[in-house]
Amino acid sequence: MLRADGLRHAFGRVRALDDISFLLTPGQTLAIFGPNGAGKTTLLKVLAGLIRPQGGTTHVEGGPRAVGWIGDHAQLYGHLTVRENLLFWAALYDVPAPLRRARVDEGLRRQGLADRADEPVRALSRGLVQRAAIARALLHEPRVLLLDEPFTGLDLAAAAEFRRLLAQLAGAGRIVVLATHNVGEGVELATDIAFQQRGRFVSLGPRGARTAGAVVEEYRRAVGGG
Amino acid sequence: MGETLRHAWTLARKDLVLEFRTRTAILSAVVFTALVLMVFNFGRDPTAVAAIDLAPSILWVTFTFAAMLALNRAFQLELENQALEGLLVAPISRTSIYWGKLAANLVFVAVVEAVGLPLFVLFFNVPVAQVLGPLVGVIALATVGFVTVGTLFSAMLVRTRFAELMLPVLLLPFLIPPLMGAVQVTARLLAARPLSEVAGWLRLLAAYDVVFLTLATLLFPHTVEQ
Amino acid sequence: MTLARKGHWTTVVGLVLLGGVYVRAVVFTPVERLQGPAQKIFYLHVPAAVWTELAMVLVGVASVVFLFLKDPRLDRFAEASAEVGTVFAAIVLTTGPIWGKTVWGTWWAWDARLTSTLFLFFLYIGYLLLRGAVGDAGARARYAAVLGICGMALVPFIHLSVYLFRTLHPQPIILKPSAPSLPPSMLVTWLLSFAVFTVLYVGFVMQRYALGRAREEGDDG
Repeated sequence: MLRADGLRHAFGRVRALDDISFLLTPGQTLAIFGPNGAGKTTLLKVLAGLIRPQGGTTHVEGGPRAVGWIGDHAQLYGHLTVRENLLFWAALYDVPAPLRRARVDEGLRRQGLADRADEPVRALSRGLVQRAAIARALLHEPRVLLLDEPFTGLDLAAAAEFRRLLAQLAGAGRIVVLATHNVGEGVELATDIAFQQRGRFVSLGPRGARTAGAVVEEYRRAVGGG
Repeated sequence: MGETLRHAWTLARKDLVLEFRTRTAILSAVVFTALVLMVFNFGRDPTAVAAIDLAPSILWVTFTFAAMLALNRAFQLELENQALEGLLVAPISRTSIYWGKLAANLVFVAVVEAVGLPLFVLFFNVPVAQVLGPLVGVIALATVGFVTVGTLFSAMLVRTRFAELMLPVLLLPFLIPPLMGAVQVTARLLAARPLSEVAGWLRLLAAYDVVFLTLATLLFPHTVEQ
Repeated sequence: MTLARKGHWTTVVGLVLLGGVYVRAVVFTPVERLQGPAQKIFYLHVPAAVWTELAMVLVGVASVVFLFLKDPRLDRFAEASAEVGTVFAAIVLTTGPIWGKTVWGTWWAWDARLTSTLFLFFLYIGYLLLRGAVGDAGARARYAAVLGICGMALVPFIHLSVYLFRTLHPQPIILKPSAPSLPPSMLVTWLLSFAVFTVLYVGFVMQRYALGRAREEGDDG
């Protein structure tokens, strides 16, 4: 379970979070759309425990150990191989030492990286790096996945591939929160949709039967621009 | 505590693997040390000043500069692909991040010093055989002080403008007390005087390490908070 | 009355009193036997030196509390105190050599006490440079607080190393643990000048604080 209750946060006089509350249960995927600077990243960082909010509370069942984070950067070291990177993060997430190798190999296989595992990360294409980042985020089998602009820099094929993967992850009883300025991106994955503007959720509700096109249209009316 | 140390070690080991894989930084620091020692030799009037009189100062100025070079890169590593954010999201204490960085920096500086010391003995023809143990001891004592403060400062400077320039400007006033102590103790050692003459300095060095290690551990979380 | 005006008047009062102290110092306080009239500069030099250090300690204390409470007023005070400390350090660093030239026969003798003020001066400069280098207000306040606390912790180490380093400087004779060995009239003059510098510190900090607040409001508004 993931709960946010009355979250408020400001940077100077810029309001990043303004009275944000919601509750997600396993199986739910919340897509947050909003322009740059709306506070989406701040919200994810608060949920991940990176920022302590000035007001309100969050509750993540299982604590920080239960959270997996995929940002628009891979959080991998370019001069280490994919495998070394994953082993490092597995150790930090306290995956028991005897299980680490098997868990890492399993992750590499699932992301189709098994044959590139011993190449340094900087030698990989953006799409492959993103897959390595996903493998990294899933190492400790998180129940909550936070995704911040995960489509940045992916070409069409890689983005489609990534969406397929996300659908699998979301289906497996996880809670997923996805934030992007690219309205409509990932709509088909979402069970719930929120529009964020100047720190506020101007709308929040189940997706129902809405299509990506309908959501974009609605976003134009609610937030403007597009 | 055990967990903190384990995570710190995982981090330090990762840093050192990265360091010795790229080798640029460590090689530059070693070459820099050799060059500074050479410059000092030619930067004095050999008919007026005996090398031995200047030797303690030369040793410590060289080590101070070399340490400064090393410190800049510690958190630079974590900017790649925003790995620092990943560390902050991970379920590890801030203390373990600081201690990990500190340990890696200490090893880095120790390697530079391990190369610098024999070169220093060779270039300046100083008799160290009799006092090697205590000399290494005082080098360790002063180096811990330098690196403790330096690691803390580099953590907050890494994202500021002109970090490479700011670090020496902020750090040097802090290095003066341990530098004075280290030079005094080294001079007595090289002159084969008993250590009891510099008991005050040794206490100062030890107190400096304890105070700033405690302070830096407490303050570090504030340098990475968002 | 606004804070800036209060600070302004406090400073004016401080400066007038400083004039008064110097009248007392020059006319009514005996001339020191060995150092001659040059010793009079001490009524400026020593209180400025004491306040240079106290200002750093106050920066540190404000920083500690800031990290707990995150109250921007504490950060603003720390900034103001650091700037005033810089000015006082500059006073120490100019009056010291003037005295040194007359008594030691050299402007700058690398005397450890003066040197330690010089390092304190660089510490202040570093602190202010750091404030200038960080764009985000929240990070600026936090980083400055971290540096301020470390600066405060450094002050005793500077002192200790001064004691241990062989020094030309007259050993402190006012704040030593045994009874002050200064003649009573000199001590009274000195205490008066210290009180005046305290007024000046308060006046300067009030003005600088008001300026800092006005600047922040200007930035945001």
